[in-house]
Amino acid sequence: MHTVVLTKGVPDFREGQVSFDEDGHLERGKTPTVMNPNDQFALEAALQTRVRHGGNVSVMSMGPPGYKEVLQEAMESVYADDLYLVSDREMAAADTWATAITLSAAIENLDEMPDIIFAGFKTADGETGHTGPQANWCLDMPLVTHVISLDIDEEERTLRAKRLVEGDIEEIETVEVSLPAFVVTDPEFVPSYRSAGERLTLKDLRAATTERAPDYEDYLTVWDHADINVDPDYIGLDGSPTIVSSVDPIPKAPAEREATMVEPEDVDGMQEVLEAMQSAVGGDAAAAEGD
Amino acid sequence: MSDYEHYEALVVGAGPGGAAAAATFANYGIETLVLERGAEAGSKNVSGGLIYAEESAPYTIDDLFPGFREEASERPITKYRIHNLAGDKVESFDLTKLHEHDTEWSDSVLRRKMDSWLEDRVHERTRETGGGLLTGVHVTGLLREEGKIVGVETDELDPITADVIVAADGVNSELARDAGLMDWDEPEEWFQGVKAVVDMPNDVIADRFDVGEDEGAAHLFSGDLFQGVRGGGFLYTNRDTLSLGTVFHLDSLVAEQAEPHELLDAMLTHPLLAQWLGDDYTELEYSAKLVPDSKKVALREPHFGRLLVVGDAAGQMQAQGPIIKGMNHAVTAGALAAEAYAQAKSRNEPEKAGTRYAHLLRSEGVMQKLRPRGYEMFRGVTEDDGVTDIVESVLTSFVGRAGIRALSGQLERLYNVPALSSMIPDTQTPYVTLPTVIAEELGTPVRETSSVTPPSLEERIGDLTYDTDIGNPHITVLDNSWEASGAAVAACPVSAVDFGGGCYREELVRTNGSEERVVSLDTQPCVECGTCAVVADTEWTHPRGDKGVEFKWG
Repeated sequence: MHTVVLTKGVPDFREGQVSFDEDGHLERGKTPTVMNPNDQFALEAALQTRVRHGGNVSVMSMGPPGYKEVLQEAMESVYADDLYLVSDREMAAADTWATAITLSAAIENLDEMPDIIFAGFKTADGETGHTGPQANWCLDMPLVTHVISLDIDEEERTLRAKRLVEGDIEEIETVEVSLPAFVVTDPEFVPSYRSAGERLTLKDLRAATTERAPDYEDYLTVWDHADINVDPDYIGLDGSPTIVSSVDPIPKAPAEREATMVEPEDVDGMQEVLEAMQSAVGGDAAAAEGD
Repeated sequence: MSDYEHYEALVVGAGPGGAAAAATFANYGIETLVLERGAEAGSKNVSGGLIYAEESAPYTIDDLFPGFREEASERPITKYRIHNLAGDKVESFDLTKLHEHDTEWSDSVLRRKMDSWLEDRVHERTRETGGGLLTGVHVTGLLREEGKIVGVETDELDPITADVIVAADGVNSELARDAGLMDWDEPEEWFQGVKAVVDMPNDVIADRFDVGEDEGAAHLFSGDLFQGVRGGGFLYTNRDTLSLGTVFHLDSLVAEQAEPHELLDAMLTHPLLAQWLGDDYTELEYSAKLVPDSKKVALREPHFGRLLVVGDAAGQMQAQGPIIKGMNHAVTAGALAAEAYAQAKSRNEPEKAGTRYAHLLRSEGVMQKLRPRGYEMFRGVTEDDGVTDIVESVLTSFVGRAGIRALSGQLERLYNVPALSSMIPDTQTPYVTLPTVIAEELGTPVRETSSVTPPSLEERIGDLTYDTDIGNPHITVLDNSWEASGAAVAACPVSAVDFGGGCYREELVRTNGSEERVVSLDTQPCVECGTCAVVADTEWTHPRGDKGVEFKWG
């Protein structure tokens, strides 16, 4: 079973990492790039497939040369047999459509068509959730989104998945598709290893990952547009039908509430606070005071 | 048979007993799966801290795991002393000779470091057999088919079958209880140990204990400092920490309604310990465990069908006065269990592994150490209430005191006779009265004063690491009346009367004008010692894999 996981580098939006300028624009140079957090679930799904059915896992990303570290992170955090970075100046400033064209061309450029392609549920920067389904439109496979668990029947070459309907945890449907297939994992995806054999294999793979992650570049293949045989007119800025005209910061809610500061030692002041709170909860301030 | 996942050998628990069993199975080329409930081996384990390699033992930990002493243990223990205390008077005896009897070596250990070291080696060696070691898997009970034990059930995995199952799942073994071999009924059969690991730089240890790099000291304490509760205290030097703890008979703890943490504090703040603890007491970890009293509970036939029980799970903990040996017996028993199966299998009668294991425990002398004949023979007399009363009154009388003074030159020698230690009766006399009288008659006052301020119970609980299984408590109180379960409020090492942050709390429930005294339970601070399984009416299990308390030192 050969699976490919699509991943993307995104700004690290965690507090203390992310940096914005005065106008509220993201300062890319000052903000570290990390693997898109949602892609972790796609990697976990690929790993579960690898553990249960053998084969290998490839991780692929389109982006600048700096994304190599994102691929390293993917390898360190879960497991990957090999890494592919599709990287070229011609691919810069691509929208989701041009990115999907590029990634699908790269997948078709692999020696063999993979059995399953996994993608995470939308990236932390663009938040569109388009790229995976659009790439699959090019590849023309069955597409299952919002997947929270999956089982594969190797003999029948089918994949049975539980998925959230409309992204709602209250409503789960089970679908079955033939392989090869394209799977978008939901952040609710939880891998399941119910046999000791699976867990031992998982342990072996994690140990192998720890060992090879420092030498990740030995497992890395970098392709430019010529390698994957795409016309520069269809990728990057030139191939992008979407134009971002401007980005507006979300205005902060105005602080119009009146505030009175009360020191904890100020007994009278605290009594007023208590009374104000009592009227809100409908209790008896005098009773509390007498305690 | 159903199509369950199958391994030839299944070992439950990755402490020293389980590790020894697994390594021995692997040496015979037997496919072995080891299941450990902790997130890492050792994260659920506590021991006082001395492991022995006995000259008479067929298997020792460093035989089975080369490099053990260099990489997994703390210090060789080269000094062994007992201190008899009465008020501020102390009379000390050197017990190094007793300590060295039948001893190839003895090292202090910290279980997180030791067991996690073993875990890596066990996994590596069992993986070569086609099995391996998994952590975070809680084995909940036995799997039976047509009434026969065929495997185990777990919280995390589908049932697994095996040709032989070694239960090395510790003092609160769920497998031994499922098989009906063990229970939690009698407080007389158990000790409770409570321990603090204390920070102390290597050079300070060298200075205060007068030991070199490859030397270490053990100090035992008994006498009148524990509110009359039967038991004693210990202090062991590690590489750059100390292990200090107390071990008491659970029935005595309950009878005196003593608070375990207060008894520990009584030792920590005793003026005798000031010379070692100084004025810079930093406690790293508070922990507790139940200890089986092997002379009463060590199973003579620790097996049932395919199930072979080793270590604490089989009651194989030898605590006889100043002789405290558990881990070494677990190692020997684990290896013998695996050997017994391998031998039985080679004779085409694997179903006889259990009886063969019990036979090996006897022929290799393990059972005699765990259940000494001397104790068995004299117990009827020495533990008789009437006899105890006479001994107690004589000992504390003018005559007894004169006798102690007359014996003064020979007491140290008598304490060093192993056969005498093995006969020590389970009464007040050897634990409290005799040491107290010895100190009163022969002791000299301690001049130092203690400046140790131990942390409060609340602080101790606050310093522990827990991964709480929210909404899924592993202990349920079946009868919350004070009569049935009230003893747990004091006896639980992380509960105390008038302390609202512990596991067990006293509550007064008013109904229709009457008032009822009951207990309530919050398992969040639980250190999984098992005390309440014995002294309260509970349904007791371990938490699920990875969940509950995680000891960093152990």
